[in-house]
Amino acid sequence: MDISTRQSGAATIVDVVGDITLYNSPQVRRVLLELLKEKKTARVIVNLERVRYIDSAGVASLVEGLKLSRDLKSTFALFGLSRTAREVLELTRLIKVFEVYNNEEEALRGGSTNAAPAR
Amino acid sequence: MSPAPTPKPSAPPSAISVRNLRVKYGEREILHGISFEVPAGETLVILGGSGSGKSTLLRTLVGLEQPSSGEIWIQNKDFASISENERDDLLKKMGMSFQGGALFGSMTVGENVALPLQEHTNLDESTIEIMVRLKLDQVGLSGFESYMPAQLSGGMKKRAAIARALAMDPEILFFDEPSAGLDPIIAAGIDELILKLKKAFRITIVVVTHELASAFLIADRMILLDKGVIVANDTVAEMQKSLQPRVRQFLDRVPEPELTGEIDYLQMLTGDVPPQRQ
Repeated sequence: MDISTRQSGAATIVDVVGDITLYNSPQVRRVLLELLKEKKTARVIVNLERVRYIDSAGVASLVEGLKLSRDLKSTFALFGLSRTAREVLELTRLIKVFEVYNNEEEALRGGSTNAAPAR
Repeated sequence: MSPAPTPKPSAPPSAISVRNLRVKYGEREILHGISFEVPAGETLVILGGSGSGKSTLLRTLVGLEQPSSGEIWIQNKDFASISENERDDLLKKMGMSFQGGALFGSMTVGENVALPLQEHTNLDESTIEIMVRLKLDQVGLSGFESYMPAQLSGGMKKRAAIARALAMDPEILFFDEPSAGLDPIIAAGIDELILKLKKAFRITIVVVTHELASAFLIADRMILLDKGVIVANDTVAEMQKSLQPRVRQFLDRVPEPELTGEIDYLQMLTGDVPPQRQ
């Protein structure tokens, strides 16, 4: 799995490539926590377009990012969920807890409107 | 880069392939050369009466017993000939829910579920805490993480054990008598949970049971074991239609014939029993 960040206005986009699993999710967690806690990023958007599968450790890392963003009054969104990733979030009843968008443009624009489900 | 090999359009790859497996306890052979396949994402139910060898088979599949001969292939790897590291990696992809639950009584439910994650991963404690809550929620035990196993009912213990088996997001899940000793409503809840796990995570599931109603509900395929041999290996529909006498006897719950003949009875009393099927 590869993870990188880039800036787009006030938001930071986290591009993840590859599956997020038990063994590499600490890397995702570290990047998210650093962006939110140390860099005080106002909006963190995780790009999951190139992530096929997220296991429960990956989900837990995203939950930690979301929780911290709420504590710090910043915002946290996801976009580009694969069908499998969406199913995992649905099963864990988190799909409505996260701000989820179809694509980057919507995620950058979003925050005030409800996310349309990605198909 | 060389092109990827074209996948065969035939049956899905086997998650488990058992080939001519024999298992002995001392001199006594329990499994007499059995073979079967479990395609990835399917649920296999292993049926059989007491002493049929079904629990031995399950214990052998998860590496708790050693075969005396034959092969077990898990995800296309020969269990016996892989390195220690490969074997550990494979075992991490397998979850096991034991008959008695096998929760550690001195640890809370949450600690029981967290244990495999603490032992086998480098996850942060805060991540593990969230994962434990996710797993307990999946088995309907939200809010029970600080309970001790002794404070749980039988059905809740089973659910907690399933949550622990799920901790590492296994690709193959083994259940030993998941509804044994539970009342019918709780048992139905466990069946429903198994179906939900299969649908949601596409986990390959192997269940050992003698509960027929449960077996027919959760199985894609069924194996009937009798005295250490497979007497039937069919889809649920085929099994229900089977005219094979041993299958019919098991499914129709026909008791074994009593030893009525004087010679049989005499043989039994004197220990001069007829030889077992080999």
